[in-house]
Amino acid sequence: MSVGFDIGQHVLVPKHEILSKEKAREVLERYKISPHQLPLIKSSDPVVKAIGAKPGDILQITRDSPTAGRAIAYRFVIEE
Amino acid sequence: MIMMRIPKLIDHVDFGMTSPDEIRKISVTKIVTADTYDEDGYPIERGLMDSRLGVVDPGLRCRTCGARAGDCPGHFGHVELARPVAHVGYIDAIYNCIRATCRKCGRVLLQESKLEEYHKWITEMKETGQKWWEMTNKIVKSASTTEKCPHCGETQASLKFEKPTSFVEGKNRLTPSDARERLERITNDDIMLLGINPKVARPEWMVLTALPVSPVTVRPSITLESGVRSEDDLTHKLVDIIRINQRLSENIEAGAPHLIVEDLWELLQYHVTTYFDNGVSGIPPARHRSGRVLRTLAQRLRGKEGRFRGNLSGKRVDFSARTVISPDPNISINEIGVPEYIARILSVPIRATEHDIEGLRNLIRRGPDIYPGANCMISPDGKRYDLRYADREELAKTIEPGFTVERHLMDGDIVMFNRQPSLHRMSIMAHEVRVLPGRTFRLNLSVCPPYNADFDGDEMNVHAPQREEAQAEARILMRVQEQILSPRFGGPIIGGIQDHITGAYLLTRKGTLLTREHSQQLLAAVGIFTDLPKPAVKEKGTEHWTGKQIFSMLLPKGLNLTFKAKICENRTRCKKEECEIGAYVVIRDGQLLHGVMDARSHKALDRCEVLDRIVKDYGTTAAREFLDRITKLSIAAAAMLGFTTSIDDEDIPPEAKERISEVLDNGREKVNKLIKIYDAGELEPFPGRSLRETLEMRIMEVLAGGRDRAGEIAEKYLGLDNNAVIMARTGARGSMLNLTQMAACVGQQSVRGERLSRGYRGRTLLHFKSGNLGAEARGFVSSSYKDGLRPLEFFFHVMGGREGLVDTAVRTAQSGYMQRRLINALQDLRVEYDGTVRDDRGAVVQFVYGEDGVDPTHSDNGKAVNVEKIIERVVGE
Ligand SMILES: [Mg+2]
Ligand SMILES: [Zn+2]
Ligand SMILES: [Zn+2]
Ligand SMILES: [Zn+2]
Repeated sequence: MSVGFDIGQHVLVPKHEILSKEKAREVLERYKISPHQLPLIKSSDPVVKAIGAKPGDILQITRDSPTAGRAIAYRFVIEE
Repeated sequence: MIMMRIPKLIDHVDFGMTSPDEIRKISVTKIVTADTYDEDGYPIERGLMDSRLGVVDPGLRCRTCGARAGDCPGHFGHVELARPVAHVGYIDAIYNCIRATCRKCGRVLLQESKLEEYHKWITEMKETGQKWWEMTNKIVKSASTTEKCPHCGETQASLKFEKPTSFVEGKNRLTPSDARERLERITNDDIMLLGINPKVARPEWMVLTALPVSPVTVRPSITLESGVRSEDDLTHKLVDIIRINQRLSENIEAGAPHLIVEDLWELLQYHVTTYFDNGVSGIPPARHRSGRVLRTLAQRLRGKEGRFRGNLSGKRVDFSARTVISPDPNISINEIGVPEYIARILSVPIRATEHDIEGLRNLIRRGPDIYPGANCMISPDGKRYDLRYADREELAKTIEPGFTVERHLMDGDIVMFNRQPSLHRMSIMAHEVRVLPGRTFRLNLSVCPPYNADFDGDEMNVHAPQREEAQAEARILMRVQEQILSPRFGGPIIGGIQDHITGAYLLTRKGTLLTREHSQQLLAAVGIFTDLPKPAVKEKGTEHWTGKQIFSMLLPKGLNLTFKAKICENRTRCKKEECEIGAYVVIRDGQLLHGVMDARSHKALDRCEVLDRIVKDYGTTAAREFLDRITKLSIAAAAMLGFTTSIDDEDIPPEAKERISEVLDNGREKVNKLIKIYDAGELEPFPGRSLRETLEMRIMEVLAGGRDRAGEIAEKYLGLDNNAVIMARTGARGSMLNLTQMAACVGQQSVRGERLSRGYRGRTLLHFKSGNLGAEARGFVSSSYKDGLRPLEFFFHVMGGREGLVDTAVRTAQSGYMQRRLINALQDLRVEYDGTVRDDRGAVVQFVYGEDGVDPTHSDNGKAVNVEKIIERVVGE
């Protein structure tokens, strides 16, 4: 944040959103997994800091995809 | 039912350490003497070859388990070490444990609150299946920098690790005994923070007080022909250890001076270290009397020929064969020609039933030497009768349902065929056996691309699956026809090559007319015996069929396709159906109406429209049939219509030669002019480039343009009436660049993408002045291959050629290692039924396979659906 610009605006940074408690539970239920079986992301990650996510949150990431056009992924925020 | 076993489920596996108590408990005897055998050649009691440690000599019985050599697994003994000794394999862990803990109270050097926090984290990470031991590095790092113990206030001394096994604290050397004491003090709660699971290990076990002595089965002695016994390297090492251990304990008992005891102790440490690993840095490797470096425990496991890579990942197998391969266009792509002498050795077990017992009886009578016969008979109780030595007539009478006969490999059996390096799935495919004369494996040429095989002496392996499940699995999943489409790019990887393309082109090009006799001959070669269609040309009592008509007989009904052939010149305006060279291909309802068949229609690894369509719309069986037929038809057509290529295919008339040399002279002139401008300092630099770089770039541009112009001139004289050109343009073999290099001009030679400059100072060879930047001084070859290269040109050409060779050598080594790493990283990933890609612990790697969930082998150009293609297919336009 100290860098003085919003990294979310950069073309190389896909959209990251924090899932609500219900949405997060839905995702875990859909894939029948525990949060730690999701791909992880450190709380020290610049994007995580920028959107203010906390350890334990699940992020929804909307990426551009060369095959599908748009792809959605989820990542679990962990400490450090 | 011997085969039936109660299934057991492995819940989990723990890796731990062996405690001294455990070592003593599993030990069948304490080893006290370094001697092995007495004068009569019998093992000495409590010696290194004690017969309680197991037996290797045939005839003797093990004194522990009573079994004979081969059945006795061997049993551990142990040595009581006079003084403790550090285990090299754990030396890093020992170092971590000691420097992270207090030298007085043994607690981890962090605040109590911090410890509790870490504790909580680790417990949590364990529960959620994360790599909790990775926390250790962080804990050790912060703890080892603490100067004063937060628990007892003791000031910590600096600890230095001296390779390979000693520690120095402040100025004092830490003996293994000291280290062991330190390790003993660490509490079970604390060792978890250091990466050790207290349920299965204690840190002090990393410093040995008792040394396990491996069973003799692990280190068998061999008797040479002269009757001299030769001991295994491990035995030699154990002899050293026991000798020094003995001397050490004698000296300690006799109250020898401190210095002597210390020296012996260090020597013991050296021997135990090299017993485990004779390749640790910091100490000289232990050697045999002959000077050979000993091969001890770690050396047995490590490396390409070690236990892991050599014996576990790459073990040798039965029911396999290897020989040279050769081509056979007359067998199906699904088949493999197996020489009879191999078929007599490879066998398949057949369980006798009432229905086939008579046949099996016959095979038994024929025995192992007459093909087809059998090698072995097995009775229901598992007794094996080797048909080489048995009375086969007698055995044939005894066989009844329930017996098993290992009969020779026969036509129609399924085998797996493999060529190394096995870089992708299609490197091992299942083929149906055709037992044929000769000494080589034979394969259809269409399967060369997936194996990357040619016939310059390549060898391949065959594996014969034994059980019905394995055979069915191979047949359904691995059969060649199921692998036509490559998962890499979604197009055929099995398909026509070389003559399959030329032959089809010759047959389908404009003007190929065949008499009834010729047409029938071609179809007979393919194996089509139906009536000919109506002749395309019928005049004055003669009838002729076009090659397109004959070719169309291989195409399935209802096939609609429109595409541009490989020979298309990509003119600005396409004449479509009117194209003179037939580059516009139209197929309607399985009839080739316009255009020619070339690489675009059925070449492997190309955008082969026809074959691709047939696999995807008509299935793998139809595709296999098409390929089998096109192989035969193309070759028959090429043979019938006549096809050859020779060096005069690269002939061009003298006026062309003149024009080419003019163009090249022109280029040289331009280069000289550029150099003059550069020397005069009047060259305008390109943005971001130095003057020198700019000059280089412009010279390269000029020379490349010159070569291209020369090529173009030659190409004017190289038309589709030229056989070499036919091969190049249809995509069968070679390229127009290859041809113009032969006919017109070879062009600039380069190393690392630049003109040649290495050699002498400022010049490539002594024939030039230093600093000469001219075309011929820097590796421009203006001769053609056909004319021959001048000596200096030849030298430059070799320079460029060498780079290519080095590159391929380096690339294969690098990509081989990368392949290994990738396979190790990805081998457990799979696509689950919900479309996600997961690893072995169920963690998600991709939420939708490939992000679009499309299997490339079932896609059309990578897309799930291609609407245009579907419309064309259904409507026929
Ligand atoms: Mg070869
Ligand atoms: Zn035994
Ligand atoms: Zn302390
Ligand atoms: Zn055209």
